[in-house]
Amino acid sequence: MKKLFLLLFTMMKIGLFTFGGGYAMISLLENEFVSRRKWLDTEEFLDMVAIAESTPGPIAINGATYIGYRVARLPGAILGTVGVVTPSFVIIYLISLFFERFLSVPWVASAFRGVQVAVVFLIFAAALRLFKKLSKTPFAVTVFVAVTLAAVALSLFAIRFSSVWFVLIGAALGLFAYLFALLHRDKDGDRETGETKDAGETGEGGAP
Amino acid sequence: MIYLRLFLTFLKIGAVAFGGGYAMIPLMRDECLANGWLSDEQLLDFIAVSESTPGPVAVNMATFVGSSQAGILGALLATVGVILPAFIVTVLLVAVLGKLLSYRGTRAVLSGVRSAVVALILSAAVIMFLSLFIGIGKIGDAATFSLPSVLLFCFLILVAWLYRRVRKKSISPIFLILLSGVAGVILFR
Repeated sequence: MKKLFLLLFTMMKIGLFTFGGGYAMISLLENEFVSRRKWLDTEEFLDMVAIAESTPGPIAINGATYIGYRVARLPGAILGTVGVVTPSFVIIYLISLFFERFLSVPWVASAFRGVQVAVVFLIFAAALRLFKKLSKTPFAVTVFVAVTLAAVALSLFAIRFSSVWFVLIGAALGLFAYLFALLHRDKDGDRETGETKDAGETGEGGAP
Repeated sequence: MIYLRLFLTFLKIGAVAFGGGYAMIPLMRDECLANGWLSDEQLLDFIAVSESTPGPVAVNMATFVGSSQAGILGALLATVGVILPAFIVTVLLVAVLGKLLSYRGTRAVLSGVRSAVVALILSAAVIMFLSLFIGIGKIGDAATFSLPSVLLFCFLILVAWLYRRVRKKSISPIFLILLSGVAGVILFR
């Protein structure tokens, strides 16, 4: 019981003090649960990072759920997740109450026109940073270029096509490429194609 | 029914946003525009606030959009929606499917997903740059070039690059947001 409360409060503290979420939070979680409290060992923690990076949803949520589960099963997972989310929920809700009135002040509106430029820049920077981390197999680069061009073109021609489809198409292409490599390998005995592809993918940190 | 709609929309976003944070922005942009919830400008304002306050950006965005559309209950439902898929998938992976991520097939699928997600983030940035600063939302729009915006954009590239050269690490996003806010007051009066 004491452990559950400690988990809840530690997660709330982390939720309250991480700015920018995701990777910033990973280092705080490591510090708190691996180095200080020793509730997880380093290997378990690295498993968590691999899961967080390979599953949908906010990385912080994957992290809190995983650690909570390791500490106290399902109740731990629930409390950990609720804890990490609650502080920012309260803060954002309070901000949202007066945000519109705040924006109607002329100089604030001007400031936010500048801020919009910064956010577009940050999105660009995030895309480039993530692109650097992609393993540059011919397959990955082809999908990347094709989806970028298609998404920009569809938007310019005002054709509505949800990004959700692009994610699903990416998944399907990944599966086809894998099956194709498998078939190829079966036909030609132990040809290189399948092997090199697998070797390229191990670099991504998908597997613990 | 706005509550159900918020919940289901954010559930969908939470279920396909592989990689968290910025991966969610193109998806959220699609959904907010399609539902008529936010304009591009409002979306960027919300991202700026979500990035400058504590907590995961994706969760903050969900709370913000939910609250702007349907008050506290909307905020709650959108937030739960965006969290739920990550929660369920993580519990399943720890409890039952521990080995799933190490299969080659899974990794191949994730490789395709990852490429698509990064491409979507880049294209969202390109699309918003074109429509907000150059005035080209779709083919045939007459370009209305916003010189101050483009200048500020180039200035930010320079600042971020110089910081990286001198301090050997990335500049804080919050600093860039504040800097641009000050620049905005001067440039857009």
